Amino acid sequence: MPSVPHVVVIEDDKSIQRFLRTALEAAGMSVFVAATGRQGLVEANTRKPDLLIVDLGLPDMDGTEVIRTLRSWNTQPIIVLSARSQEHEKVLALDAGADDYLSKPFGMDELMARIRAHLRRQDRVQGCVEQQFCFGDICIDFSRRSVTKGGAPMHLTPIEYRLLGVLARNAGKVMTHRHLLREVWGPSHAESSHYLRIYMGHLRQKLEDDPAQPKHLLTETGIGYRLIAAD
Amino acid sequence: MGMNNDGRPDPEALLEKVQRDEAQAARGKLKIFFGASPGVGKTYAMLSAARILREQGVELVVGLVETHGRSETARLLEGLEYLPPKSMPHQGRMLHEFDLDAALARKPALILVDELAHSNVSGSRHPKRWQDVEELLAAGINVYTTVNVQHLESLNDIIGGITGIQVRETLPDRVFEQADEITLVDLPPDELLQRMREGKVYLPQQAERAIHNFFRKGNLIALRELALRRTADAVDTQMREYRADRAISQVWQAKERLMVCVGPGADSIRLVRSAARLAASLHADWLAVYVETPKLQRLSETRRNQIFKTLHLAQELGAETTSLSGAELAQTLLTYAREHNVSKLVVGKSSRSVLARLLRPSPADELASQVDMDVYIVGHEPEQSAQEHAAPLPWLEIKTPVREARAGYLWAAVACVATSLATAGLVNIFDLANVIMLYLLVVVLISVRFGRGPGIFASILSVVSFDFFFVEPRFSLTVDDTQYLFTFVLMLAVTLVISNLTASLQYQARIARYRERRAESLFDAGRVMASALTAGQILQDGVPRLAGVFQSQVAILLPDSHDKLHPPLEGDHVAELPGNLPGNLLTDLDLGVAQWAYDHQESAGLGTHTLPANPVFYLPLRAPMCTRGVLALRPTDPRQIFQPEQQRLLETFAAQIALALERVHYVEVAQDALVNMEAERLRNSLLSAISHDLRTPLTGLVGLSATLADLPQMQDAASRELVSAIHAQALRINALVINLLDMARMQAGGLNLNKQWQPIEEVVGSALRASKDLLVQHHVETYLSPALPLVALDAMMIERVLCNLLDNAAKYTPEGSRIVVSASLLGEWMEVSVADNGSGLPEGMEERIFEKFTRGEKESSRPGVGLGLAICRAIVQAHGGRIRAENRAEGGARFVFTLPLGTPPTLDASSVEPLET
Repeated sequence: MPSVPHVVVIEDDKSIQRFLRTALEAAGMSVFVAATGRQGLVEANTRKPDLLIVDLGLPDMDGTEVIRTLRSWNTQPIIVLSARSQEHEKVLALDAGADDYLSKPFGMDELMARIRAHLRRQDRVQGCVEQQFCFGDICIDFSRRSVTKGGAPMHLTPIEYRLLGVLARNAGKVMTHRHLLREVWGPSHAESSHYLRIYMGHLRQKLEDDPAQPKHLLTETGIGYRLIAAD
Repeated sequence: MGMNNDGRPDPEALLEKVQRDEAQAARGKLKIFFGASPGVGKTYAMLSAARILREQGVELVVGLVETHGRSETARLLEGLEYLPPKSMPHQGRMLHEFDLDAALARKPALILVDELAHSNVSGSRHPKRWQDVEELLAAGINVYTTVNVQHLESLNDIIGGITGIQVRETLPDRVFEQADEITLVDLPPDELLQRMREGKVYLPQQAERAIHNFFRKGNLIALRELALRRTADAVDTQMREYRADRAISQVWQAKERLMVCVGPGADSIRLVRSAARLAASLHADWLAVYVETPKLQRLSETRRNQIFKTLHLAQELGAETTSLSGAELAQTLLTYAREHNVSKLVVGKSSRSVLARLLRPSPADELASQVDMDVYIVGHEPEQSAQEHAAPLPWLEIKTPVREARAGYLWAAVACVATSLATAGLVNIFDLANVIMLYLLVVVLISVRFGRGPGIFASILSVVSFDFFFVEPRFSLTVDDTQYLFTFVLMLAVTLVISNLTASLQYQARIARYRERRAESLFDAGRVMASALTAGQILQDGVPRLAGVFQSQVAILLPDSHDKLHPPLEGDHVAELPGNLPGNLLTDLDLGVAQWAYDHQESAGLGTHTLPANPVFYLPLRAPMCTRGVLALRPTDPRQIFQPEQQRLLETFAAQIALALERVHYVEVAQDALVNMEAERLRNSLLSAISHDLRTPLTGLVGLSATLADLPQMQDAASRELVSAIHAQALRINALVINLLDMARMQAGGLNLNKQWQPIEEVVGSALRASKDLLVQHHVETYLSPALPLVALDAMMIERVLCNLLDNAAKYTPEGSRIVVSASLLGEWMEVSVADNGSGLPEGMEERIFEKFTRGEKESSRPGVGLGLAICRAIVQAHGGRIRAENRAEGGARFVFTLPLGTPPTLDASSVEPLET
């Protein structure tokens, strides 16, 4: 991995291109901008980016299609920008392989925080598989299948443990309901999203200090869940 | 249905019971105070029971009670609410009747209506009071009533036989059997007679007369026995039902099915009553069947009417009635019985002479020799009615004008004379046998062409001519050779048989043609109905067809979207028959009756139980999903629609029309849905595009201003402030755009909620996170019990509500204020509230702030155009909840919204913890 992260931005609006470039370069990244989906795919192929930012409303092709094509050979984090209010488009993009999304208009701080989190995660994935994963005062020991909070062991049911595990391994990434259900309960329960909500509630009750204002196990309303390791 | 071996009741029987129970739960309960004779104290017992209930606080009304001047009874009425009776004019007098409409409008928990078997004055809605009571029960009103045993339909003739007095007011047994409770009011005959002598039942002079007639001690004992038995039967039925419920019974017999064969005889009524009693004692279903053989079709009008009356009575007594047609009575009956799993046959005893029975076995004997089921033969009473003159069916009447009939006889005469003259000349060449053959030919031809009468005339004439012209001595009627006398007799017999046969063959051919015509008209109607594309087309094609087949004026009344029928427009959906009857369907049409038929899904008007005085017959058009309208017929001749065959034809037509209307309705619904879907899609893509077009430049503005503020060149504090003001304004425009788009979406097509079962905690959490930036200067607390159930809600939408409320709280309270989000259960609702400790709402604004473009403060520098709360209200209402604002007693405002609780889905045990990880 090069010392300077490469970011490819696929976005057709000139002013957004402009401030993204300015802000990202100011943060020490090298930015390659593409105004169409096709050009974006070429850039992504040639620049070997560490992260991609894709607008869903592109002039030549559907953003989801771009993501699907990218995912056929690329595993780098993809952050989606969406101006539409329809949640299912975001779900489609996430199911197609995107890692995160931001609704327009978004704050630069938020975007930079997300970019950093994904780059960090990417580093980790590149390294070896961890035995332990910690967020806040909670630690998961994958080898011993145990969870502690503030050093004290927490009792989790097998499903709770499995759900937490899936979220932890994808920390920072938005996990759609469908994806989580399939990972934890198997393909036959892809539509039973109330299972998921109930178990997320249990996890929050056990792990969060204030379950109504969670710091780590966040809800992406209408889309899914995300585990945030650091705030 | 059989009992399962494990002793559990048959599921079908249980299902039937559950359905019955459900139907009954909504219905009112009927309690009958049952007595053996007048004067035993039924009304007294009923009123006493009612008074006790009233003391317990039951809301009850006396609908109608006959005190018969009995002072004890009248005293019990004091202090009870009494429904004023309706005065009905009848033959110049005013009669008081039970006011059904007033009772339905009053709708008490319990109503007292005396004398269930009473017949209403003509002109009332129903001819019988029990029908009024049915309507009360259907409306969910409980009814107390009284019945005397002699009024029960199935016991009517028995009691008539005992007392010698025929009671005209009868009550169908099923009404009695379906009563929820029956209380026997019993009084030994001696005490009753004593009470009568004391004048407690009737006025003294009436009483004396009564004691010698109806109230003879023997009568009273017999009546008492019957009443006790009927009550015992009713209790027995209850016991059986109880046992069936509790699965106590070990043996569960297959249900018996009984079939009675109704004939044209006058004793059929008795036969039907016997069958009804037998069926009741066997707890069997029963069928009453009339087989129309060609012979029976030639019966006189009055006897045919008798048959329909008998069938009608059978229906009243709870039978399923059918009229079949077939050439052979026994064969047709047996086929039908086998098809319908009949286990017992009931037939009347033949009243024919021994000789007649020798010639041809009676239907009863024929049946008994052929069947594999039990045959019950019911004895008969000597028939008083004389044989009536046979007349053909109205629609088969051979409408031969007198002139043509005369022509027939003339032709017969001419033919015979011509044959005689022609053959007389050739008698040397022709053998006498051939001459006879020639005459036979003439008779056949005449019968075929002109029917029975001229045929018979021709046969007699040919015998006479043969004698006159060909038998020695010729040209005289005398006969030398006695052998010829036999020839005459044989010839006459042969010609008569031939003419008769030919005529009846023609008759049957006519019946066949008639049947074919009917089948054809049905088939034709079916084809037309199936191809109709609009309701208008159905009416246009259906109405004239019906008018033709039933010789009636016909109209179809269709309901509007509020289930209200509308009169047809002049000339629209009404088929007039060219000037054949006085009166007019449109003027006679009573929309009230039509509406009743529509609402109750029962036919009404002419010839029915409901308002039979109306000259129009109203038939609801019942389709599988609901009633689609009402068919109104004003027949030229009521027989045209009330003969069973015609009735069935009419019902088939009605069903076809109803089905066609339903089909057209669903085609329209499907088209509407398609149009709506298309509109919805268009709206969504339009709003989506607007959203995209507005937000993209806003994103640029927000992002550029933020970037600008961070640039190292921006050292000047004033410039930085300006840039961050641009940033803040851009965000405000964004909030505005979101609200406007939401409002547009809601106004355009209502809200399409994506409801899911969610914990409220999760929605509160995400709303707090989304409003994080706004709330940094406030203290936010949450009070959510972990035990709150899931609620069905659209998380996005409720999050918008909470965000708007939090945004409001942040906007209208000073920095450092407390904001409390809490949720709790309140009965069937979950109540979610956002409260603050700011300055509260201006007085009187609590409701108005939810209106569009309304803000708490008039001249305000605070952002927002007042759409936020209007959106909140729309969203909460779409969830079936309410939203309100109030000032807290301890200061500050509180916004509360409620969401209906339901039954959340449970976790399927197998999916909860599937495998050890």
